[in-house]
Amino acid sequence: MPDPSPRRVRVTSPRTGAARVQRVPVAREIEAQTALGEVYMSSLLRSQLRLALLALATLAVVVGGIPLLFWLAPELSSVEVLAVPLPWLLLAFAVYPFLLAIGWLYVRAAERNERAFTDVLDRS
Amino acid sequence: MSTAGYSVVAVTAVVVATLAVGAYGWRFSRTTSDFFVASRTVRPALNASAIGGEYLSAASFLGVAGLVLAFGTEMLWYPVGWTAGYLVLLVLVAAPLRRSGAYTLPDFAESRLESRGVRRLSALLVVAIGWLYLMPQFQGAGIALAATTGTGPWLGGVLVATVVLVNVLFGGMRSITFVQAFQYWLKLTALLFPLLFMVTIWLGDGGVSPASTGTTPGDSWESPLAGTGDHQLYTTYSIIIATFFGTMGLPHVVVRFYTNPDGAAARRTTLFVLALLGLFYLLPPVYGGLGRLYAPDLIASGNTESVVLELPSRMLAGTLGELLSALTTAGAFAAFLSTSSGLTVAVAGVISQDGLGRRLGGVRAFQAGAVVAVLVPLGLALLAEGVGVARAVGLAFAFAASTFCPLLVLGIWWRRLTDAGAIAGMLVGGGCAGAAVIATLLGVTPTGWPGALLAQPAAWTVPLAFLAMVGVSLTTPRRVPRHTARTMIRLHTPEAVQLDRGVLPR
Repeated sequence: MPDPSPRRVRVTSPRTGAARVQRVPVAREIEAQTALGEVYMSSLLRSQLRLALLALATLAVVVGGIPLLFWLAPELSSVEVLAVPLPWLLLAFAVYPFLLAIGWLYVRAAERNERAFTDVLDRS
Repeated sequence: MSTAGYSVVAVTAVVVATLAVGAYGWRFSRTTSDFFVASRTVRPALNASAIGGEYLSAASFLGVAGLVLAFGTEMLWYPVGWTAGYLVLLVLVAAPLRRSGAYTLPDFAESRLESRGVRRLSALLVVAIGWLYLMPQFQGAGIALAATTGTGPWLGGVLVATVVLVNVLFGGMRSITFVQAFQYWLKLTALLFPLLFMVTIWLGDGGVSPASTGTTPGDSWESPLAGTGDHQLYTTYSIIIATFFGTMGLPHVVVRFYTNPDGAAARRTTLFVLALLGLFYLLPPVYGGLGRLYAPDLIASGNTESVVLELPSRMLAGTLGELLSALTTAGAFAAFLSTSSGLTVAVAGVISQDGLGRRLGGVRAFQAGAVVAVLVPLGLALLAEGVGVARAVGLAFAFAASTFCPLLVLGIWWRRLTDAGAIAGMLVGGGCAGAAVIATLLGVTPTGWPGALLAQPAAWTVPLAFLAMVGVSLTTPRRVPRHTARTMIRLHTPEAVQLDRGVLPR
């Protein structure tokens, strides 16, 4: 018994071959060290370096500022908070949670940068 | 039983426990990779405990409390700097260093700069820093054992050296990882437990502030600025620079990164370490503060470094105080053992690869390297007079910050670094810092500015090393390594991406 449905016909254009673009994955661009691959690499490097410098700048201003603060205002040394001298409170206790917080935020942001980079490469 | 008797029992227990935990690791140590990097399979939590155990040396356990007792708040910059050094390491170096795939600092230098000369210079510097750091550990062990049990000052050093050598010879990195993780928690307990009793007594006595008992008039115990007179600000910032940037250049710290499975794990491990160090460093300053109230005679006699060992038996009468003092002695020995083990593994790795590897090869070269790595600083410690445990360790930090910090930071983030620039920077930084170290060890102490500059050299030697490295690299642009772009891809791209990362070393 013959098939009642019409046969599927393939519609083609004569220009197909000419117009098709060869898509190259970004990973191969990076491997071949082309100009485009270089753009992706330097953007990853720049974003990671900017993040690192931001973390270091925070450290330098907040923790590195403590000696300068007490040098400019020596009378602060005798200020007491809850019976603990202020310099002792800052350097023996408060500084450690602060360092941990910067580290935690940095790791989160650095992993986000890397995920964004991996996603771009996977999408291509 | 007397205090000495309890201390002998406590030290023996630590030594036996160290060998036993190490023996547990020996069973797993079969291959060369086990010996060098524990086959790169250590999980972040275990690895972070091991790093913390290894990093907290005699300088942290005994030195910090002694310095705070003697000089006050300004000395808190040392523990703060030793912790912040890990933050700097985390943001600038941790993940790329793991991804570099190299094992030691010389491996990294060679693979990044493609030069045998840089490798040989780095190897020399690693051995120099390692020995500079090992020597005070052995000296400190001698002092501690002599103070608590009354033996000769040489016995403690020989004891620590022997135990370290046995563990490293049989188990390498695999067994050391278990030993050090165990020792972090031992050190924390040994400080925390006696402190609970002592703080209760202190509160019962009315909770007098240590700052209120000035032993000398015009004493600045609560001021956070180090040094005296015109150089306060310089000295304080120099300590900050040495400790913040020196951590990344210590050989035993860097070697640990290769035991992580990948770059992201290296970051998480470092964050974990930051938490463990912050937790530990809350404790030693309290010993220093309480010592000022309950053991002020130690300042006059100059034995401030034994405050951690003596304070519990002074504040608590009878057997309880003696037992707690024995516990802190045990913690001190854990500190000597763990740091010495880590440094021995790192220095032995370099000596075996760059000195003996061609003749012996594999595990045998590593074991021969370990023997050399321990015996030389032990000899130095027995011959030379001590300059104070925390002081000598501080010099090692300044030296590391002036040599390996520029190499690592510029090597990871700057494409135009050349081998000539790296060698020039390490020679300038190492030369200047080394001269200051030798002057201090020989007891040369000029007054005024030259004295301040020699005592704390990092603030001028670190920038000088960076300047030399950048300057010479810019004048030798044709020596930029051929595969720099490929190396940068390897250092910075996440492992999830399938890429050709070039030839990994070994």
